[in-house]
Amino acid sequence: MGQVETKKNAEALSMIKFQTLLLLFCLQFGALFSKSRTVESSSVRNLQSVFDEAESGDTLLLKGLFKVSLLKVNKPLFIIGKDAEFVSKDGDEILVIASDSVLVKNIVFKDVEASFLKDRAAIRLLEVQQVQVDNNQFINTFFGVYVQNSSNCIISNNTLQGKAGDEVHAGNAIHIWKAERIEVINNVAEGHRDGIYFEFVNQSFISGNISKNNMRYGLHFMFSNYDIYENNQFENNGSGVAVMFSKHIRMLNNTFKENWGGASYGILLKEISDGVMKHNRFELNTVGVYAEGANRIQIDSNVFVRNGKALDIKGNCMDNKILNNNFLGNTFEVLTNSKGNLNFFEGNYWGQYSGYDLNKDGVGDVPHRPVNLFALITDKIPAASMLLHSPLVHGLDMAERIFPQLIPEQLIDKKPQMKPLNL
Amino acid sequence: MGKIVKYLTIDLMKNWVMIVFTALLFLATLGFFALEGQNEKAVIGLLNLSLLLVPMLSLIFSITYYYNMYDFLLLILAQPIKRKKSIFSLYLSLLIVFSLSITIGLGLPLVLFNPFSTSYLLLLCILLLSAVFIAIALWAAVYTNDKSKGIGLSLLLWVYFVLLFDGILLLGMYNFAEYPIEKYVLFFTFLNPVDLSRIMVLMQTQTAALMGYSGAIFKQFFTTQQGLSIAVLLLVSWVVVPLMFAFNKFKKKDL
Repeated sequence: MGQVETKKNAEALSMIKFQTLLLLFCLQFGALFSKSRTVESSSVRNLQSVFDEAESGDTLLLKGLFKVSLLKVNKPLFIIGKDAEFVSKDGDEILVIASDSVLVKNIVFKDVEASFLKDRAAIRLLEVQQVQVDNNQFINTFFGVYVQNSSNCIISNNTLQGKAGDEVHAGNAIHIWKAERIEVINNVAEGHRDGIYFEFVNQSFISGNISKNNMRYGLHFMFSNYDIYENNQFENNGSGVAVMFSKHIRMLNNTFKENWGGASYGILLKEISDGVMKHNRFELNTVGVYAEGANRIQIDSNVFVRNGKALDIKGNCMDNKILNNNFLGNTFEVLTNSKGNLNFFEGNYWGQYSGYDLNKDGVGDVPHRPVNLFALITDKIPAASMLLHSPLVHGLDMAERIFPQLIPEQLIDKKPQMKPLNL
Repeated sequence: MGKIVKYLTIDLMKNWVMIVFTALLFLATLGFFALEGQNEKAVIGLLNLSLLLVPMLSLIFSITYYYNMYDFLLLILAQPIKRKKSIFSLYLSLLIVFSLSITIGLGLPLVLFNPFSTSYLLLLCILLLSAVFIAIALWAAVYTNDKSKGIGLSLLLWVYFVLLFDGILLLGMYNFAEYPIEKYVLFFTFLNPVDLSRIMVLMQTQTAALMGYSGAIFKQFFTTQQGLSIAVLLLVSWVVVPLMFAFNKFKKKDL
């Protein structure tokens, strides 16, 4: 079954790549045959009529400051800015794209006001295909790009700067709801509620984005299958990154950093299965990976540095493989709430390993028990956390590792590395 | 009294144990900062070390010094000097020398490497802690007549404050885990100066976020001006109360 799924995953990826190429090709090729027209804000009274009068495939080069709202794009157009700035006239949405094959490029969007009735966005993609939103800047726009029931779109190289003060008044930087084959590449999202929001988005690709200082999640991911995200950086978000209720997600080369606080974690894996997490870096998070109901995930070659709890893996997680990771300088390495263990740990480097290696093969001769007794105690009796770093606790912990009574006896790494792996 | 303090202090400063203690603290502090890339981890490591070491040395050294100086004390008491004054000068000189040693050994590198409020609070806590344990040592010394008993008692006290108390508390928490015990636990920490200083310092670091709900309650208390002042006052009362007992006993004691 695993093989079939992997194949499906690979197919999804190649599909995405193909679609992208096709889209880029169409956009570039189309430009050869169409008219190009420069539109200056000083000479145009109504931008909507310019859009309406243009022919399909035309290129509009926009210049200057436009005060507009609910501007509708009904036909394939190339809207390219040359020092163009769109400011919302009455605080409502700025651009609504209701046609396939549209390009929006090099435009600054500003000042969409928060609303409690409607998720206002600077750009809304409304049931379209082959649209690209490239190299724009969004300043204080409540929702930045809102993709709704669309497919084969690219959102790339945008900078989204929110000024949200609290979670209630904030929108998401890139919000994608019900879509397929979307690429979100090299964007910078800051100061929103969620940096990137995915709901019912399949076979999509998130790469090279930086999402930081958002109120809630850097990346919020739900009911989305067969997606890949790689080379992203999630930093200092309210609660880190959440990946929930999804299947076959590949998470590669991402950095999860400085998500610190009482209810923060690097990444939350909730009810997700058959994913792969490789070569990620978790640094300075209260909890590095928090897994609840996560099944058949391969957590491989990641680096966990100086987290409070590196891995909090609940008892309802099954058949996960935690292999070849580096755990360096974490306060607690693994925490669980069950006495059994249904997951597989092997070949990791554990900073707290105190065994020896007589035959010098680089693998410790004594298995390592990464679960800390005190972490278990505080999980059951929160008040006991006042004894953190007490010498008594250190002593108990040492004794427990030698003769396990309370910590899960089967949760062991039989091949702990003696030296940090080269990752 | 000033003269007694002066002579005792000079005598103590020449003591090789104090010099070694200062050097050890200094090297350990340097070592922690050199080995731990992260300053906060170094501070926590130092906190652990000094919470073990400082009470032990304060207790054992002070109690031994009391017995060694017993004849000197008798000689002093032969002069027209009040008993209370003579024992107070002994306490004061011990305190001065320990404070100096801790300030140089721990405080100096700490403030140099990590000049933030956490460091100052750690230093303050350790200074107060040594004051507490010198007071407790004097009390134990005054209460026991022979040296071996005194040192035995002081070791017992050390084990109690550093290990046993936490164990008893943990047992209690285990049995009452179903109840909202956070506030009571907070109260119980007041009964042990070692725990009190540890939590006080830990709450200033990012570690507090690890402690969840109860951590939040501690944090609420220990990060406000008011809570901190109460905690420091409690530590001071941990100095005053044993000292009072010691003085009273010493006044009436048949030396």
